[in-house]
Amino acid sequence: MDKTIQPQIYDSSERGTPPVEELRAILKYRHLLTQFVRRDILTRYKRSVLGVAWTMLNPLGTMLILTIVFSRAFGGSQSGYAAYVLSGLIAWNFFAQSTNAASLHLVWGGSLIKKIYIPRTIFAVSATGTGLVNLLLSLVPLLIVMLIVHVPIRPTVLLVPIPILFLVMFSLGLGLLISTIAVYFTDVVEMYSIVLMAWMYLTPIIYSEEILPEMYRLWIVRLNPMYHLIELFRAPMYEGRVPTLSEFLISGAIALVTLLAGWLVFTENADEFAYRI
Amino acid sequence: MNSLTVSEEAVVEEPGFPEDQESAIILDNIGVRYRVSPERIFTFKEYMIRRVQGKVRIQDFWALKDFTLNIRRGEVFGIIGPNGAGKSTLLKIIARVLKPTTGRVIVKGRVAPLLEFGAAFHPDLTGRENIYLNGALLGFSHQEMVEKFEGIVDFAELWDFIDAPMRTYSSGMWARLGFAVATDVEPDILIIDEILSVGDEAFQRKSFARIRAFYERGATILLVSHTMDTIRAMCHQAVWLDHGVMKAVGEVENVIMAYRKGQPE
Repeated sequence: MDKTIQPQIYDSSERGTPPVEELRAILKYRHLLTQFVRRDILTRYKRSVLGVAWTMLNPLGTMLILTIVFSRAFGGSQSGYAAYVLSGLIAWNFFAQSTNAASLHLVWGGSLIKKIYIPRTIFAVSATGTGLVNLLLSLVPLLIVMLIVHVPIRPTVLLVPIPILFLVMFSLGLGLLISTIAVYFTDVVEMYSIVLMAWMYLTPIIYSEEILPEMYRLWIVRLNPMYHLIELFRAPMYEGRVPTLSEFLISGAIALVTLLAGWLVFTENADEFAYRI
Repeated sequence: MNSLTVSEEAVVEEPGFPEDQESAIILDNIGVRYRVSPERIFTFKEYMIRRVQGKVRIQDFWALKDFTLNIRRGEVFGIIGPNGAGKSTLLKIIARVLKPTTGRVIVKGRVAPLLEFGAAFHPDLTGRENIYLNGALLGFSHQEMVEKFEGIVDFAELWDFIDAPMRTYSSGMWARLGFAVATDVEPDILIIDEILSVGDEAFQRKSFARIRAFYERGATILLVSHTMDTIRAMCHQAVWLDHGVMKAVGEVENVIMAYRKGQPE
């Protein structure tokens, strides 16, 4: 308690730019951040017998179904279709779950931010943090499946933190944008789940982009940010190659721009939230 | 602080603004505006339809207006007024939850609101886990909460259930733990919004004793209540709010008298 003896002073007229202030606040509240992530992970599995194992079994189950149903249709030319699907799926799941949870948590946290000051970005940041823990856990079954279906595990997997970092930045940015809208209109959360489903099928996750006709490839694939991010994740993981410089740069730019946009839009509007939720 | 009238223009003593060493909370000309749409629009679909029809109307509503007040360190300050007077809005401004639309607020010290006893508790987590979660909400690290943990459980008298999920708790146990956490963090400023009726009689007595101990230690306390006896028993000063406007401020007895007189039969 010694460090709090010097009283903290809040002065409503002495506030810097919201995006910077928020960053400072979230660092100060890092304990709450870890508590939120802990709570999300604990409560999700607490009442189940298998506990955290579900994080790993869940994508495995989906992969198994997809492999049985689609390996003939989409995977004819693909060696190790199961590993192909799974690698795309865990990256997608991370993105879908974190962005969705970000807006849900903020609406849920409405009762809290009306009563007590906490940095408002903490809901999106903790949702992404929870997603990240799940993503890292899912890497274990992915590596096992790769061994089983004889997809070689190359040293390039050590590069995988970079695409994961970009995925985190992109998801956090988009999660913040969607939460901002969700504060004003509650149905946006529902709409977003529908968008997510369509978006998933437009992204080469269960099929490979080669099966698409050339003309669609440009529009559906190249303009889809998740295509680039998932490809960057798959390259070192599944394909065992070092991504090209342009692949790194495109994904990095997408991630950075989305994160900055999300952070700015959210923090500029955050003072309004307590009035709205 | 004896001057007081019940006229439209409330007479307020010099608040000593801007710099007074003794002040814990300085509110200078605070105004809070809510923008409300008369037909509450909740969905994006509805909004777009109305937008196209040109039917999005917004009304301004001032929950607080030209509010100036100076609360000194160590004071127990009562806030009274009818429902919708702006009492909760005032507390939110001080707790940093709302940013005032106009004016300036300065708060010196750590503020702890008494959350509606455990609003932040998660039913699937154990009492122990929830204590750490709530501590973090108030800005305390895990290490700091480790030191407070024993005292909190002692006060709440929940040693037997501390490792059981909170959904198995009775509502009284739930409330006791909420009160224990919120008040064990030793805030400089404690905000109490009409919630002193927690638990059984013995626990209530303990709660009162603890709040008393707070101000003996020099903490500032803001108390909203509709029970005039509570205000009388606990507060040094009081303010009467009505429709976002300060009607009277000063000695508790005088403010209560003015408030009673101002009420329709």
